[in-house]
Amino acid sequence: MSAYLRLAGVNKTFGSFTALGHIDLEVEKGEFVTFLGPSGSGKTTTLMVIAGFEQATKGEITVADQSLAHLAPQERNIGIVFQNYALFPHKTAAENVYFPLQMRKVGKKEGMRKAEEMLELVGLAGFAHRLPKELSGGQQQRVALARALVFEPDLLLLDEPLGALDKNLREQMQIEIKRIQKRLGVTTIFVTHDQTEAMSMSDRIVVFSNGAIEQAAAPLDIYHRPATRFVADFIGESNLLEATITDAASGKAQSPVLGEVTCGAEGLPPLTDGQAVTLLIRPEHLKLSREPKEGRQNAQMVIETIVNYGDNAVVIGHAGDQQIRVRVPGADVVILKEGDSCHFSWTADAVFVLDK
Amino acid sequence: MGLSLSALAERKTLWPWLLLAPLTIYLALFFLVPLVEVALMSVTEPRPGLANYEKVLTGSLYRKVFLNTFGTALLVTLCCLLVGYPLAYLMSTVSKRAAMGILLLITMSFWTSFLVRTYAWMVLLGNNGPVVWLMQTLGIAEPPPLLFTRFSSTLAMVHILAPYMIMNIYTVMQKIDPSLIRSAESMGAYGKSLFRHIYLPLTAPGIANGSVLVFVICLGFYVTPVLLGSPREQMAAGLIGNQIEQFLAFGLGSAMSIVLLVVTLVILGIYHRRFGLDKLYG
Repeated sequence: MSAYLRLAGVNKTFGSFTALGHIDLEVEKGEFVTFLGPSGSGKTTTLMVIAGFEQATKGEITVADQSLAHLAPQERNIGIVFQNYALFPHKTAAENVYFPLQMRKVGKKEGMRKAEEMLELVGLAGFAHRLPKELSGGQQQRVALARALVFEPDLLLLDEPLGALDKNLREQMQIEIKRIQKRLGVTTIFVTHDQTEAMSMSDRIVVFSNGAIEQAAAPLDIYHRPATRFVADFIGESNLLEATITDAASGKAQSPVLGEVTCGAEGLPPLTDGQAVTLLIRPEHLKLSREPKEGRQNAQMVIETIVNYGDNAVVIGHAGDQQIRVRVPGADVVILKEGDSCHFSWTADAVFVLDK
Repeated sequence: MGLSLSALAERKTLWPWLLLAPLTIYLALFFLVPLVEVALMSVTEPRPGLANYEKVLTGSLYRKVFLNTFGTALLVTLCCLLVGYPLAYLMSTVSKRAAMGILLLITMSFWTSFLVRTYAWMVLLGNNGPVVWLMQTLGIAEPPPLLFTRFSSTLAMVHILAPYMIMNIYTVMQKIDPSLIRSAESMGAYGKSLFRHIYLPLTAPGIANGSVLVFVICLGFYVTPVLLGSPREQMAAGLIGNQIEQFLAFGLGSAMSIVLLVVTLVILGIYHRRFGLDKLYG
């Protein structure tokens, strides 16, 4: 009963199109939860249903055990930051932030004081009297955040708020949003299709695909122990290999590409003999060498492409028909050549098993 | 090589002016020259001096006509706004197709000439017309005179000018980002305060554009008020016409025209400083 926001069996259809299948989700008070998924996966629809701009076809949403079903968006006390900020162009930064207070019958003097305090909190102390068009993208973003927080909402919803910013500004805003959210302790739902954003900001990530939740877990759980092949593929880089379990008790599997593999990663799902599975090995858990490495499991591949990032590089090769990606430290790249044949190796605890 | 390049550059800078030339020459010949002539006549006819302006600016008849002109223009603008705003709003909320349908109905009246539309109102509002007949059938023994009143001329002018208002407001409404409205709603704004604090200010440029356009066109309206309006409540353009056609008072008519022109330019000037004239054209 400790869940603050609860979605129970939420379903949304538009005519014959099912936008949301059956969404069950619980969010703790003060938690920072990210909805992650490709476009059209249902994450924004879920957000709009929570905000009240879309009505759920079935299911129930509660905040602090109060149903939102019969509340208009105006009555829900939810702060929203829209993708394009949606600042009122005819109002100054402070007037924008004051607006939700004005709608709550807070007097002008007190309201404007609160608005300016909130602008200060988001780092816009000297900009209260500027119009939105006189502010940069990052500053507009901060005004929108201040406006969504000033009335102490029960929930803060952010709909891809960083999409329009360039990379450096994005990273800066990620840190800022996280800092402000922590300080105010507001329960937050953040929608994005950017997995690094989700990884760096969230207490918990909810991965959406085709109108359903694939997995809801802490960022590192999602990365190391993905629940489905979709999650493994969508989050981070991965090597996914077909295999059959030969000995469930000792975690042995037979793979056409890798040969006999021991699966020993933490949190493996229960296995049965003869089960067809997909093995997941992250590129950074593989090592390249000329000769097979002692104490590790080895296989051979031919290098196709080397993508250099400076501090590290991704070596893409193939073993049979299977593409293999290996992440190596940048300094190691110089001795590798495209077309070279080499060995790649891993240890048992790097091999995670997914249902096929 | 260098020579031909510079020749090319010269041709490039000349090209836009060449394209502008036909219109510029046309306007200079048929608009600017006559205008200058009117200005000259106002200070030379019948005798050189400023007597015409003195008459226009101090004579009670002229003052009355000018006040009436501005009053009517203001009334027509207000009526156009009251009719146009809700209609433009309707257009911005329905589907694109339906909006185009409404726009077609509105602009269809543009396909008929002023004169025809004005005569149509005469038929509709005349003593033997359908409106009077309807009023009589409903039991109003002596219907008030409809034709040749301020009512009939205002009605007809609103009919003619409302499309300008509607299109100006619609253009602005159509561009309003729906997420602005949603965001205001999420902050607790309901219908009335949403309109007052967000929607109305956002559509204000359209209201200003449409109003200035309608007001300025209305100031110089000739046919409709002359044919449909009350002779006792003449508008400036009608009086100027009378001066020239009936009294052959070219000087006085010209002076009135110049006064009307100056006042119109002053209004446009004020508007330009506040909103920028360029916005008027989209």
